[in-house]
Amino acid sequence: MDFLTLLQVLDSTVRLATPLLLACLAGLFSERAGIFDIGLEGKMLMAAFFSAAVASLTGSVWLGLLAGITGSLVLSGIHGLASITFRGNQLISGVAINFLAAGMTVLIAQDWFSQGGRTPSLMGGGRFNDITLPFADALSDVPILGPVYAQLISGHSILVYVAFACVPLSWWILFRTRFGLRLRAVGEAPEAVDTAGVSVIGLRYAAVAICGLLCGVAGAYLATGLQAGFVKDMTAGRGYIALAALIFAKWRPWYALAACLLFGLLQAVALRYQNIDLGGVIIPVQVMDALPYILTVVILAGFVGKAIPPRAGGEPYVKER
Amino acid sequence: MTDPAPAIELKGISKAFGPVQANKDISIRVMPGTIHGIIGENGAGKSTLMSILYGFYKADAGEVYIAGKRTEIPDSQAAISAGIGMVFQHFKLVQNFTVLENVILGAEDGGLLRPSLAKARGALKKLAEEYELSVDPDALVEDLSVGHQQRVEILKALYRHADILILDEPTGVLTPAEADHLFRILSGLRAQGKTIILITHKLREIMEITDTVSVMRRGEMTATVKTSETSPEQLAELMVGRKVLLRVDKKPARPGAKVLEVENLRLVDENGVERLKGISLDLRAGEVLGIAGVAGNGQSELLEVLGGYANATGTVRVNGRAIALSGKDCTGQSRRADGIGHVPEDRHHEGLILPYTAWENAVFGYHRDPAFQSGPLMNNAAIREDAKGKMARFDVRPPDPNLAARNFSGGNQQKIVLAREIERNPDILLIGQPTRGVDIGAIEFIHQQIIRLRDEGKAILLVSVELDEIFSLSDRIAVMFDGQLMGLRNAADTDQRELGLMMAGITEDPGDDSIAAVEAQLAAKNAREAAHHG
Repeated sequence: MDFLTLLQVLDSTVRLATPLLLACLAGLFSERAGIFDIGLEGKMLMAAFFSAAVASLTGSVWLGLLAGITGSLVLSGIHGLASITFRGNQLISGVAINFLAAGMTVLIAQDWFSQGGRTPSLMGGGRFNDITLPFADALSDVPILGPVYAQLISGHSILVYVAFACVPLSWWILFRTRFGLRLRAVGEAPEAVDTAGVSVIGLRYAAVAICGLLCGVAGAYLATGLQAGFVKDMTAGRGYIALAALIFAKWRPWYALAACLLFGLLQAVALRYQNIDLGGVIIPVQVMDALPYILTVVILAGFVGKAIPPRAGGEPYVKER
Repeated sequence: MTDPAPAIELKGISKAFGPVQANKDISIRVMPGTIHGIIGENGAGKSTLMSILYGFYKADAGEVYIAGKRTEIPDSQAAISAGIGMVFQHFKLVQNFTVLENVILGAEDGGLLRPSLAKARGALKKLAEEYELSVDPDALVEDLSVGHQQRVEILKALYRHADILILDEPTGVLTPAEADHLFRILSGLRAQGKTIILITHKLREIMEITDTVSVMRRGEMTATVKTSETSPEQLAELMVGRKVLLRVDKKPARPGAKVLEVENLRLVDENGVERLKGISLDLRAGEVLGIAGVAGNGQSELLEVLGGYANATGTVRVNGRAIALSGKDCTGQSRRADGIGHVPEDRHHEGLILPYTAWENAVFGYHRDPAFQSGPLMNNAAIREDAKGKMARFDVRPPDPNLAARNFSGGNQQKIVLAREIERNPDILLIGQPTRGVDIGAIEFIHQQIIRLRDEGKAILLVSVELDEIFSLSDRIAVMFDGQLMGLRNAADTDQRELGLMMAGITEDPGDDSIAAVEAQLAAKNAREAAHHG
């Protein structure tokens, strides 16, 4: 494999890791606050649809982004209502959200655009275009570093940079601010937060809202950055892979980055090498496509060592004496 | 000269949960700079009252005055700003946070943590010097001993400038040395003018540390007296509503033959941790052998092995005959056939099936007795009749065999278990925590039954974390620490201090510096445990 191919694979890794990373951080905020969220998938899908639909109708990708985030936030609100206010089962609420999103997006798409459940292809201002960072062209002749800068670091859409900036930002919020301390506490011991006179419900809603915001960006990136338009089920299980990455990362932002890059790499390899010929044995493309999902199963089966989830995760908080 | 305003005054507090009147027209005045005890049986309404004071519940009626000023306490935040701090029975700490993080949680200054942490570090240092409250500020709470975790709770309250400190059953989880230390802390706080409310069911603590004491019974405040003008007997009578024998009336034991011999008993749990490290002891007919120790030092495992539901290695002989410690002959059923009755430590999970009725619970384990069979079916009528008799003889209230076990009070549940095990006339009776969560009136009855059984020539192995109980029932006392027996004493030849040291793993009396030594030992034990878990 030559250097250029490697760069292209890595470049593709970064693009494919971006929605995973955003969804993974979304789940991180929610689960650190004690709300398990299996509905990342549904929220991303909803955001993908609304961002593509609004971008297509208005021609403005920014309005599309806003619409995508709004759609995702509405689903977050439903999840919050079910699992925080009404103390329902968080898994069931999440599954319901996924079904709701899978059905609603196609239904509305068909009603609005009559293109078989997809949105029209986005063009021009309807998409997030790639940004060329300063000096990318000037430096591209520098050996090694030049192409790395020009190809790998420069030339992504704004949302990619946002996603990567979210990693240190999330770490800083969680571990350096009052809000982060309380958010982590509410996922570990809500009774400690409650007796300290801080609202458990308020904190958990805040966490769920952040989760919705990040899922919204992730979905919008899928439909308006990575691809140009919405198609049925376009999230393709990314929400679940993000959950696996979250466990893999042991609910830590920097580890989440590493885990998402790994999953992104697998997807990039599968995308680039359709049939891999290993000295006569041909590995079919389906195996490569399945790799991220196989890895997910392996991770969830506990091959990554002990991952301790937040102690109060999944449990509605009921005040007791 | 007028008296200063009371630090806290409640007027006519009432609270009902459905048909249950948990608090009925309660009034109480606590003067600043005093320690006020609230004593009462389980379910007397002590915790409800304190939860109202801390804003967890809203009272149906009544008023709260703090330092003479009418104060509404709708939530915990209001309680904290009124200067009330609460140390709950079950600590409200974030286990994987450091001490500092736990202290500032909810009382941070500003949005960033760094300045808050620095400020708290300084404040903690000052508090530690002032009140013997030293805790490593950077330690994770889960690595701390229970006694230290409690100090963190007290520090949390003091960091929030609490002038009134409420402690709910604070000594239940402490060793005697830790409890003594706690009382020294509380005395220090009182000397600084803090007001302390101590909720407990232990008469000894009330007599030892409080200035005034209120007694609660069935949701009502039955009396408030000066501690110096009362006696444990009078308080017990006020709590229960009748005269109670606090001291178990017993004659010297007349030990007979060895009925249980245990040699080199070892048990390794599923995590590979050795829970029993070579226990050897023997038990004679007609004696009570008490096993003292802080919970979690292997007593539970010892009972499980002897009761037939944990596998171990070593030798156990009953009446000279070795019994199986693993395999198909190591079951509760076979133990009962060997003449071992067992009142388990955990009444709710091992002793009873809570949703089942009293008559069903009264036969479990003995349901294969031919007397309870009718052909291939169970003879429910006979079982019910038998249960009725047991409940009458053991004074179970209400005496209704059709009531589900969960609807009985703790004391009456325990009586059902005791009746089931004792009435089968076992040679050996294993009893774990016989009076945990049991009110004083029932404690008296249960203790009498145990002594009666002893006097009938049965051998009794008693495991309890209550040192008072061990002393009042046992003829000989063994102390367990870290899976080993630290020593065996005749009850008449030892005292609380010696046993307390042994419970902390110290066999040599280190003299007056004992507290420091005990703490060093405990710290070492915690470090070992942390290493185990990690």
